[in-house]
This record gives sequence, C-alpha cells and structure tokens, in this order.
Amino acid sequence: MSSSPLLKISGLYKNFGGVQAINDLSLEMAEGELLGLIGPNGSGKTTAVNLITGFVKPAEGEITYRTRDITGWAPYKIVRLGIARTFQMVKPFYQLPAFKNMIIPLYSPRVKQQVGGKYGDRDAVALDLLEEVGFERDAFVAYKMASTLPQGYLKRLELAKAIALQPNLLILDELFSGLSLAEVASIVPIIEKLRQQGKTILMIEHRLKELFRIADRIIVLNFGEKIAEGKAEEVMENEAVKKAYLGAEA
Amino acid sequence: MKRRKERINRGINVRSNDIFAVCSWREMLYLSTPRLLPIVGLLILSLTLSMYWQRVLLSVSVFALLAISWEMLALTGMVSLGQALFFGSGAYLAGIMNHYWGWSPAVTIPLATIFGGLFCTGVLIPVLRLRGIYFSMVTLVLPLMLVRVIEATRIFGGTVGISGLAALPSSWIEIYVIIIALLAALFGFRRLMSSDFGLVLKGINDNDRSVMNAGINIYWFKIQSLFIASSVGAFAGAYMTHIYLFVGMPVFALDYSILPIAAAVVGGIGTFAGSVLGAFLLVPLSEILRGLGGLRIVFYGLFLVIFTVALPEGIFHYIQRKYHQIERWVEVEK
Repeated sequence: MSSSPLLKISGLYKNFGGVQAINDLSLEMAEGELLGLIGPNGSGKTTAVNLITGFVKPAEGEITYRTRDITGWAPYKIVRLGIARTFQMVKPFYQLPAFKNMIIPLYSPRVKQQVGGKYGDRDAVALDLLEEVGFERDAFVAYKMASTLPQGYLKRLELAKAIALQPNLLILDELFSGLSLAEVASIVPIIEKLRQQGKTILMIEHRLKELFRIADRIIVLNFGEKIAEGKAEEVMENEAVKKAYLGAEA
Repeated sequence: MKRRKERINRGINVRSNDIFAVCSWREMLYLSTPRLLPIVGLLILSLTLSMYWQRVLLSVSVFALLAISWEMLALTGMVSLGQALFFGSGAYLAGIMNHYWGWSPAVTIPLATIFGGLFCTGVLIPVLRLRGIYFSMVTLVLPLMLVRVIEATRIFGGTVGISGLAALPSSWIEIYVIIIALLAALFGFRRLMSSDFGLVLKGINDNDRSVMNAGINIYWFKIQSLFIASSVGAFAGAYMTHIYLFVGMPVFALDYSILPIAAAVVGGIGTFAGSVLGAFLLVPLSEILRGLGGLRIVFYGLFLVIFTVALPEGIFHYIQRKYHQIERWVEVEK
C-alpha cells in the first residue's frame, strides 16, 4: 500500500436507533485500486457508501480524502472533490429522456472545474457518454423517456451519470444486481477501461464471481464490522467469512 | 361490434418534433399557430372588449401570472399554498413606496417586483429543506401571519390600509403592460424550463438526491426558482395596487393562493400554458356567475368538481393531444 492513500476511513461508527450499522470500520484505498466490498444483506455496505458520500453523517470517526477531512460534508461538496457514486436503487429522472438525464451531471460545477469553461454542446457530450456505456447510437434508446427504459439500461444510465462527473474515485453500489449474465459481461469491459484511465473504484457487489475477476482486494463486512480483508481467494478461505455467509454451523 | 380507439401521431408532428423539417406553409402554420394564437388573440381581444370586460381581462392576467408563479415552484418540486404571500408583499411594497416616498408607479412596480421577490425568498429560505406538505403548510400560514402582524401593530394603515395611491397614466397602458408581462412570462419561462438550467430544476422535482449526487447544490437552485416565482407574484401584486389605488389586508386573502392552484389544475399541471388557460376559464366564469348571488360559489365549486373528474389531465393536455394526434375508431375482430 502506498504511503498516502486516496481514501482513508478510520474508526467509523454509525447507528440507526438501536441498530449498529457501522461498527469501528477502518479502511484505506490506494490510487488506481479496485476494491470490492462484500457482505451478507444488512451488513452495512450501502451505509458505508452513504457515509463516504455524505448522504449519512457518521456518529464517530473520520473520513479523509487526499489528506482532506471530509467527514460530515454535504454530498454536493464531496462530489466536487471527485467522488462519484451510483445508487443501488437507480435514481434516474423519470420525466426526462435518457440523454437529458445526462445534462444534470454535465451541468455540475465539478465538470466545469475539470474541463475548464465550456464543455461544448452538452447534448452531444451526453450522447457520447451514453454510447460508451452501451446505448447504441443508431437504436435511439438514448432518446427514450427514462420511465420507459428497462432495468439494464437504467443501470447503465446510472453508471454514465457517475462517469460524466469525471471522478477520481468511483463508487459503484451493486451495479450488477438485477442484470442478466450477458448484460454484466458487457459492463465489465467498461469498468476495466475506467481502471486503465487510472480511476480508483470501490465496488459493492453480491455477484461475487464477476467481482473477484476484476477486484484487486476484497473487504468483507458483517454487522457493520470488517471481518476479513485481502485477495479474493484468501478472503473466501477465511472461517469468519464462511460463517457469515453460510451460517454458524458451516 | 367491438371497437377500440386508435391514436396516431400526425405526420407533421412526428417530423417536426424529431428532425425539425419545416418545408411548407402548412407545416409552419401547424407549428406556429399554438404560439401565435395567444399572442394575437390577447392583443386584439383587449381592443374589442368593453370597459367592464377589460377589467376582467386585467384580473385574469393577474391570476394567470400567479398561476405561472405557482407552476414554476411546482416544477421545482415545491408545492406552494401561499401565492398570496408573493402577491401581498409586492402590493404592500408598491403601496408603501408610492404613499410614503411619493415614487411614481414606473419606479414602484419594478422595485416592488425585485424587493418583493427578495423578501419572499428570504422569508422562505429557512423552510426550503422541508419537502412536500410541510413546505406547503408553511407557505399557507405565512400570508395569514402577515395579515395579523399588520392588524396588531397597525403599521401601513393597519386594518384601513393605504388609499389614494397614484394611478397608471391611461387605461390602455393598464391593460397592455400586464398582457405583455403575461406573454413574456409565459414564453420566457417555457424557454427557461427547457434550457439546461431548467432541466436541473425539473431534476430536483423528479429526484433531488440524484441532483445532489451530481455535485449540484439543490438549495441554491431552489432559491433561484423561488426568487423567480415570487418576483412574478410580487409584480402582479404591485400592479394591482396601482389599479385599485389602494392596498390593504385583503391582498393577503386566501383567494390569491387558491385560485392560481385551481387554474393550474383545471388548465393542466406541468405546463405554463395550462396554468394561463385555466385562469382564462375560471376568472371570467366567476364573473358570469356573479348574477347568481349566494349560489355563485356552489356552481363554481360544482364546475371545478366536474372538471377535475371529467378531465383530470387538464384542458391544455387534452387540447394538445387533439391537436397532435388523429383519432379514429377501428374494428377489433370478434
């Protein structure tokens, strides 16, 4: 691990009422790394993402991004530093066509600050970005209302909206869930391409097979606690992980 | 015989919306008629009307502006029940500037528009974080509170109000300024909402967390939308002050909050044109029913109920559909 991590979380706690969602979570992410975050349902994966991106405020602990303490910042300020995320439950603008959905992230101060001044025609950039994630240009899917699109396209749209923000750290919250094998297979190359561009990626996934193929490192959460960390094969050999996934008797 | 209704987009509509191929007078007229109709219609209508109906048209325009102001907030995800706050603030500001400082309407109306907008925005900023019904409740209460403040402290004429204010130079100016303002608001805001800035506002209505997630400060955008909407309302109020030559507690009346919403609902929610259309239907209707005396409100209410049940989409959406589509009955086998 490099000396100065891109993202550093130390001693993070969060509880919702009596439920301890995140319990003393610490992790580090190096620049350019693809980290997988896994765990059974309700283990606090999405809460961890919400804490990093500012949608939920931690009870205790510290989140540092590039030596800057971002604990408790408003979401829009965190995005401007270069952390973009997708939502597990897709959040498109249903009343707008797919490519008009892209205008809103492209309108962001983050994009202005990255590109400097004008981006050019936002509609054109939107169509280019959508083509990258698999909206075939000739099929006019990009012009359809988001409310009429199938789940596979909505997930791609969600990814495109995050990519449009030109993030350094991209957080993908269960991007593969609800997708067919073929759809997942078509998205994996997009993620690999993003890695080649030097993006740091945090992936939350239930589709372990696909995740293990592309992840550098895996962290396993259970009841808000980190129970294992390391390479995919090592992690799956871990007794605590087997217990968490298969029950106590396994 | 079983039959079903088939709806087909008119060829012109399909072409003009997608690739914008305008290649004949017929097509150009098809596109321009809906835009030209309100412009030409309003400008000519005001020439032909009697003095009484000119006054009604003036009142219609004011309510249409308030309905546009309501629609602007609704499109940004803020359902307001207090257009009277905007109207009343503008009205009082214009009245105060004219009465105490002697400024002419040419100065008081623009200033009341801007400062009324700033005042209302400032008052509502603390509650911008509230969503849905909670925001609505605050907007409903604020004008009622202001009335009581004026009544209790007896400022600005207290319950009597301020009368003897300056009038506009002529009745032609009275009618044309408000009509031009209405047309400017109608077409200007329509354009604004289809710009990239407008898309962000619509996005906030659709999914505010997603807009936040794009690194956009939604409160700043809500403030801008609120300022635009409240300025429009304040303009309407300031204008009416110089028409009635009086400003008093009635400017915060519930009418100014409820009628714009009724207009927007009857006309069709989601479009500015719908709100204006609704105002043009409801205000004259209320005038016609005036002869019925006490039963007026009953018939008025009945009409509203019939309308919302029979045409829940609103008149504008209905007309729009009829205009863009051919409808015909086709036979269904067996």
